[in-house]
Amino acid sequence: MSDVSYPKDLKYTKSHEWIRVTGDVGRVGLTHYAQDQLGEIVFVELPEVGRELKQGEVFGVVESVKAVSDCYSPASGKVVRVNERLVDSPELVNSDPHGEGWFFELEISDSGELDNLMDADRYDKYQAEEGAH
Amino acid sequence: MAEPKKTPLYDQHVKCGGRIIDFGGWALPVQYSGVIEEHRATREKAGLFDVSHMGEFRVTGRDPLGFLQKTLVNDIAKAAVGRCVYSPMCYPSGGCVDDLIVYRLGEKDYLVVVNAANTAKDLAWMSDIVRDFPGTTLADESAETAELALQGPRAVAILRKLTEEDIGSLGIWACRDGVVIAGRRCLLSRTGYTGEDGFEIFCSPGDAPVLWEAVMEAGRPEGLVPVGLGARDTLRFEAAMPLYGQEIDAERTPLEAGLDRFVSFDKGEYIGREALLAQKEAGLERRLVGLEMVGRGIPRHGYPVLDAKGETEIGYVTSGSYAPWLEKNLGLAYVPVALSGIGQKLHVGIRGKAVEAVVVKTPFYRRTRR
Repeated sequence: MSDVSYPKDLKYTKSHEWIRVTGDVGRVGLTHYAQDQLGEIVFVELPEVGRELKQGEVFGVVESVKAVSDCYSPASGKVVRVNERLVDSPELVNSDPHGEGWFFELEISDSGELDNLMDADRYDKYQAEEGAH
Repeated sequence: MAEPKKTPLYDQHVKCGGRIIDFGGWALPVQYSGVIEEHRATREKAGLFDVSHMGEFRVTGRDPLGFLQKTLVNDIAKAAVGRCVYSPMCYPSGGCVDDLIVYRLGEKDYLVVVNAANTAKDLAWMSDIVRDFPGTTLADESAETAELALQGPRAVAILRKLTEEDIGSLGIWACRDGVVIAGRRCLLSRTGYTGEDGFEIFCSPGDAPVLWEAVMEAGRPEGLVPVGLGARDTLRFEAAMPLYGQEIDAERTPLEAGLDRFVSFDKGEYIGREALLAQKEAGLERRLVGLEMVGRGIPRHGYPVLDAKGETEIGYVTSGSYAPWLEKNLGLAYVPVALSGIGQKLHVGIRGKAVEAVVVKTPFYRRTRR
């Protein structure tokens, strides 16, 4: 496993999504660990703009050559924007998972829920344990 | 669950950075550098595979040919010494027990190579049949046999560096025993499961690590990479080669799977002949076709296939993937014969949505001579 430092300004889920909160908008993506486990991403299914998501709800799917995986929303809210670049360039999820490989943005409806998520240090330990299995 | 078995090349996989998974009870690498990269390297240059998990049975004694003719649906009599024959093996129903390759090593000496996951089932099935052939012996040599596959357009050039033997003269579907490669005696065949030119190398488990290292070293300047199970599957899939448990199984016959040319109706009696002949005469109800996605989505094993309107379920996907060389989302599927023509519009049910697809010619990929 390559050494990656998980950005401090993100919050992380146990299912390996991240969220970057700016005001009341959260940008969501998949962690480095998740993309590394999946291998080369060849397909991403994004949520529709306007869809209301609950924290923990499946918002879409990523597919590597060999595997299909559900992705879960780190927070509740309305989808306001999706990263259209992933339609033609799903490999961005591999090359820049915490940056250009983001999935969508949502208007967070309950910021209190964000307390359920892990900070970078806790997630780093968590993913290291998952990887050791 | 029991600890997965290691092939004699386990240490090599770990050293090469392989990501090891439990594949039907075998600890094998699903990938090294990445499925897409390994797939493309095999199409463009060469790939080296550990296929030591495959099962090998030796058939010798009084009447090995009679036994194989009764057990298999292809005509094994057409194999001269030094030739290989692919054949499905069927139940009386015409459904498949397995598909396999028979190597004729001598006048009355055959090696049968079967799918790893089916080894125990096949051995039991064939052992029952061989009892009707007194003096004919069926021996499981799987544990004493390791197997490497060297595949791709550079395979000949790489192997030439390691042997005195004129391997270029070994024809497609030919085999030669006692070939010395890197100082080790091997059984060499011009066969494979990738749609490329290449070889399969059978050796003793003790010799496998030395052979692996020697082939890797000779191949590195030619662009050879180690290839895991992931790309092994996508390579065979692009070439539309059947995989047991997906395209063929106990429920589907070789005729439905489009394997007609490996089913003989003029070699005499064999297990499954009656059912296969009846199916041939009655005409097929369904057959295996290639699908190319028109809409966005990747077909996967088990997904439903829907009609042109996307309303009625009419079939199912057996294998599906992003095809790394062709860069398309493709599938193999069973559909009614009436809806199996090239250009037929269909749909694949992907997570509850009907996504448009079209029937296309198979194999999806066919190599051109380079």
